[in-house]
Amino acid sequence: MEEERVATLDPGPDKVIGPGHDFKSVTEKIGGVVFMPFVRTPRQLFIGFAVAFVLVNLFLVAVTWLFARGVGVWGIVIPVAWGFAIVNFVWWIGIGHAGTLISAILLLLKQDWRTSINRFSEAMTLFAVACAGMFPILHLGRPWLAYWLLPYPNTMWLWPQPRSPLIWDVFAVSTYASVSFLFWFTGLIPDFATMRDSARQSWARKIFGVLAMGWRSSAKHWARYQKAYLLLAGLSTPLVVSVHSVVSFDFSVSILPGWHTTIFPPYFVAGAIYSGFAMVLTLAIPVRRWYHLEDMITMRHIECMSKVMLGTGLIVAYGYGMEAFMAWYSGNQFERFMYWNRAWGGHYWWTYVLLIFCNILIPQALWSRRVRMSVPAVFAIALVVNVGMWLERFVIVVTSLERDFMPSAWGRYYPTFWDIATYAGTIGVFLCLMFLFIRGLPAISMFEMREVVHHEEPSHAHGD
Amino acid sequence: MKEPKYWRSLEELQQSESFRRFAEDEFADRTPDWNDPASRRRFLRVMGASLALGGAAACTKQPKETIVPYVRQPEEFVPGKPLFYATSIMSAGLATGALVESHLGRPTKVEGNPDHPASLGATTPQMQATVLTLYDPDRAQTVTHNGNIDTWGNFVTALAAVRDVADLKKGAGLRLLTGTITSPTLAAQIGEILAAFPQARWHQWEPCGSHTEYAGSVAAFGKAWNAVYRLNRAARIVSLDADFLDPWFPGSLRYTRDYTAKRRDAAQNSTEAPRLYVAESAPSITGGMAEHRFRMRAADIESFAEGLVEGASDPRQHALLKDLEDHRGSSVVIAGRYQQPRVHAIAHLLNERFGNIGSTVIYTDPVEANPTDQVASLRELVAEMRSGAVEALLILGGNPVYDAPADLNFLEALQHVKLRAQLGLYYNETAEWCHWHVPEAHTFESWSDARAWDGTASIVQPLIAPIYNGKTPHEVLGVLLNQADRSAHDTVQDFWRAQHKGTDFSDFWQIALHDGLIAGTAFPEQAPPAARIPEATAASSGVEISFRPDPCVGDGTSSNNAWLQELPKPCNKMTWDNALWISAKTAERFNLGTGDIVELSQAGRKLRGPVWIQPGHADESLTIHFGYGRTRAGRVADGVGFNAYALRASGALWHGAGAQMKRISHGYSFATTQHTQTMEERDPFRLATVDEYRSHPDFARPEGQRVTKDLTLFPMWNYPKYKWGLSIDLTACTGCNACMVACQAENNIAVVGKEEVAKGRHMNWIRLDRYFSGPVDDPQMYFQPVPCMHCEDALCELVCPVAATVHSGEGLNEMVYNRCVGTRYCSNNCPYKVRRFNFYLYSDWYTRSLYGGRNPDVSVRSRGVMEKCSYCVQRINEAKIGAEKEDRPVRDGEIITACQQACPANAIVFGNLNDPESEVSRRKRQQRDYSLLEELNTHPRTTYLARLRHPNPDLEKG
Repeated sequence: MEEERVATLDPGPDKVIGPGHDFKSVTEKIGGVVFMPFVRTPRQLFIGFAVAFVLVNLFLVAVTWLFARGVGVWGIVIPVAWGFAIVNFVWWIGIGHAGTLISAILLLLKQDWRTSINRFSEAMTLFAVACAGMFPILHLGRPWLAYWLLPYPNTMWLWPQPRSPLIWDVFAVSTYASVSFLFWFTGLIPDFATMRDSARQSWARKIFGVLAMGWRSSAKHWARYQKAYLLLAGLSTPLVVSVHSVVSFDFSVSILPGWHTTIFPPYFVAGAIYSGFAMVLTLAIPVRRWYHLEDMITMRHIECMSKVMLGTGLIVAYGYGMEAFMAWYSGNQFERFMYWNRAWGGHYWWTYVLLIFCNILIPQALWSRRVRMSVPAVFAIALVVNVGMWLERFVIVVTSLERDFMPSAWGRYYPTFWDIATYAGTIGVFLCLMFLFIRGLPAISMFEMREVVHHEEPSHAHGD
Repeated sequence: MKEPKYWRSLEELQQSESFRRFAEDEFADRTPDWNDPASRRRFLRVMGASLALGGAAACTKQPKETIVPYVRQPEEFVPGKPLFYATSIMSAGLATGALVESHLGRPTKVEGNPDHPASLGATTPQMQATVLTLYDPDRAQTVTHNGNIDTWGNFVTALAAVRDVADLKKGAGLRLLTGTITSPTLAAQIGEILAAFPQARWHQWEPCGSHTEYAGSVAAFGKAWNAVYRLNRAARIVSLDADFLDPWFPGSLRYTRDYTAKRRDAAQNSTEAPRLYVAESAPSITGGMAEHRFRMRAADIESFAEGLVEGASDPRQHALLKDLEDHRGSSVVIAGRYQQPRVHAIAHLLNERFGNIGSTVIYTDPVEANPTDQVASLRELVAEMRSGAVEALLILGGNPVYDAPADLNFLEALQHVKLRAQLGLYYNETAEWCHWHVPEAHTFESWSDARAWDGTASIVQPLIAPIYNGKTPHEVLGVLLNQADRSAHDTVQDFWRAQHKGTDFSDFWQIALHDGLIAGTAFPEQAPPAARIPEATAASSGVEISFRPDPCVGDGTSSNNAWLQELPKPCNKMTWDNALWISAKTAERFNLGTGDIVELSQAGRKLRGPVWIQPGHADESLTIHFGYGRTRAGRVADGVGFNAYALRASGALWHGAGAQMKRISHGYSFATTQHTQTMEERDPFRLATVDEYRSHPDFARPEGQRVTKDLTLFPMWNYPKYKWGLSIDLTACTGCNACMVACQAENNIAVVGKEEVAKGRHMNWIRLDRYFSGPVDDPQMYFQPVPCMHCEDALCELVCPVAATVHSGEGLNEMVYNRCVGTRYCSNNCPYKVRRFNFYLYSDWYTRSLYGGRNPDVSVRSRGVMEKCSYCVQRINEAKIGAEKEDRPVRDGEIITACQQACPANAIVFGNLNDPESEVSRRKRQQRDYSLLEELNTHPRTTYLARLRHPNPDLEKG
């Protein structure tokens, strides 16, 4: 029964919004999710939140144990001194890329399909960056001294060491996090005002009122708003490229075979967008179904995102190809060994094979329009890409370190329970924040959807 | 188990859950305390009691002390400046001279005594580790009687009663059991006792002593002679299972120095290089240095040696004999103590035949005070104990319950003795069965004397008052001699006063103490009669078991020393374990693999242990090491490994055939510090033969592979004043491990325990890489010490976000612990992987007894910081300050790094590269000089001199 209704809601692959929407219906539909009585929250959301909350607690336990005992609770050793923490950091940062890309670059490119997913993916970006940002601190031997990486004036006149890519990271990630937050918040202001105006409870009116920062929807407000939003979009655009380029410098600046590669910046950025879109799809597909938002997040959105995934996936595949080619073409003994060890000879060869399956072979199915139009297929592929992109970072970090220059110093890396617990824990943190966001704030931009309605269905945009 | 915080030590890591699980399940019969319910209860009771005591001690308020400055400060006593005292450290009774560094009255570091002939300034790993034993919290701390705390006074009363009975019965029933004794004073005291109580007896048992040397000499010459080798004169050396570079070989430091000096000289000055032939069953560091290593069962070495006497058909023997013939008077044949007396006799005969006696081999009187057949001596004691003839047994040192040959059943016999008293450093397995136990004073707490392997006598002087009121054997024997109040100092001094002929005794005494030896006491050379070879024993067949002292913890006396436990065994880099070493071929025949646990039986005795496949081991033979399977050693060694003494028979002390192996289970995991055994087609270790070097002097660094320094646009820093560098000569390095323990002692390096080592988290600042090359059955073995390279373009410095690792103006790559936040990026970017990380709080901050042994000039690192070799920056700065005060530059040789100082081979040299005349500059100018991974353009300050071999052309072709 319900399945059928869902199917009819979707306007098909050409439309970014279902038929019959006017300004009021859009506002009510999106705002209604927030104002839905607590008990009527979809069951799936409760279950999902419960699972995520368990993981959050696991995270707290894992971090407490980590702080109490030291990073030795993880599987890192000499020579593999970086493990899950850095893998997860890069993975989360990569996921965080889709938000800004959708919000900023697609805005500048005037892509109409960005509208119903931008809010959602910006929130995802923020939460992913929050998860990412925890790892570099957790992974420090002495995490209580993390602030030493910041250039703050001190009596010893001691500054960070600016040649280290880790310092560049601090700046890149913190800039990205703050600009992303500003962008997201700025986008929310008109909607906060709408929420303030339509809230029934006084406490909700007060909260949304504060958040709306006195927005009155005057023409002047809108004019300034548009300008500010465009400027922020312009500011964020280079960040999309810079953040993951800088993250890739963590590896490419070093001398380690498998890390020391000039192709890393573009290949990391493409990989980040790849995984970011995969994560947006992973989250959007269930949410759209639970809240019956198929007429807002339409097949067109899903198809466009699938295409972006396919495209960035091909860039990533090119990256893998170039790594292999350069290993051979360089004629360098260590480079060649590194590639052989990664793909064939090392004991983690299976991660590389799995990675090729997940990131290159399986996503090729997206060439087919039938696959792109199949929601379960796209969801499955998005999940696979998420896994694949995590494996990619694992392969880069771990297999390169396990066997580098001196055979006598080669070692092996085995993740421990606490490695996995910390990783699973951040997934819990991320999902928890996502669920709270969907429940508590308009997950789709109301005013931008009204604009879409205005363009798509000008005849009855105003409800008559 | 909730333990008081006081006990939170590194050893706790080592005794973690999985280890206990293993101890209970896999090696049930090896740890009876855990499986026998009665003794487990006892164990827990004792454990509980000691925990409670420990807790009580921890809670005790420190007495309120008022600090009063010295009214009269001792001479030369300047706070912050260490003092060095000469003393001697004993190994199986033989002394090696040492200079011990003392900070404010606390011994912190052992150096060799350059004046002492057995040391020449070098040390063994075991000597370095003596400091840790001194501060070991598990040392016996009180006199005990029947397991209860008692007093020295009561012990004296008890022993006086024994003396009174002995007076009446002329000593009948009184027995002394000691290890090998070279101490003239102690021997004189025992002589007095035996004179006073004529029916008393003195028995000796040294588990890894010179039993076969003694028997071989008696067989060849009819009397015990001590063979001293002059390897500085030896151009050809044949070792018949003689591991003369190993610390357990008497005089090994001297032999290493003499042998490697010739090798280095040959490489530097094109003199003729010595050539070493080694016949052995288990790989050893001596075999690693050999030009030609003949792999054979230990039992087959006898027939191999016989062939050298009788001229045999084997082409190897032909070539060898020809080489010996060509070098009459400058060759030497050395038989090892793991061989039958007959092999020793053959070696004596061969040396005689090739004219080596008086040139490369000299004979002296034996250095033991009372050379005797110790097996017979122990056997006699056991028989008497069993018959009830022994009424009082006084055990001075030693641990016969643990290390006596299994077939004698010492423990059962011991229980027939009415009064058993033991003097020991630890409350060990033997102490457990003695009525009285008296804590022994550590060498650094004792007055005594001893002889070196060549007879040189030296005084043992204390550096610190006995921490636990330990007593020396002199004081215990003093009680029997009715001199209970006489101090060891007086006993020793009076002995030497009687020996000294002149009137200037106080000068003599001062000089002896200052120099650490008594000049002119080396035994004079003597001419033994012609050697004859005894009858051959029946040849054995079947799988044989060879017994060896462990290369690190030895015969078990140093088992509880965590530095030695964590020291990788040279040939397989294993820590915290012993194993059944077998060859790959034998393993295949028995369908065994590394980590399989087998039940090993021989003549009805059994033990269980894990298998280790050792490349280069002889087929149909297996080797097991002593020193493990302790049950009352302390928190470090209890339950670690298996007890190889359980298989050792008095008739086959070092090897015996007829071993059977039965696979019990599998999956035992070892903790090794190196996993990859080969060089993987890379060339970190470079070598050539002497001839190749002559034709291609640049083989180590061919023209095409050199990297110049002008590959950068930036001007290089030119190091105007000092430019520190290190050179390691691989021709000399034997892989003996002395540098590793010296570094650990000097730099307060933490011990991490077996599990952490297994993960790859060991902390050694200088590691000894060991590579195999060639066939897996009989590979070449190479050792390469790897400290920090102190790269001029250091990759680690580039990537540290907080500038915690920086470059000094003199080219040191410095590590600032205070600033390190622990990103570990530096380690990732270090191509040599010499950086070590404190993944946990590895340094023991809680065991107070260990505080005293730490070097006050080096920070004790906390959790979460990176550390690595500093080129002993504290020593550099000390020398620089000294030089600055005198307004002069630091002289060459003034700064000696800890690894360099300990090295018996003189393989490591540190110095100023700006001084063209410095030793290190001279070494680096040699064409053998090369850097590791030069192509990475890191410009390492640590470089290597490639190894030169001098193979026999006749054998190299075949």
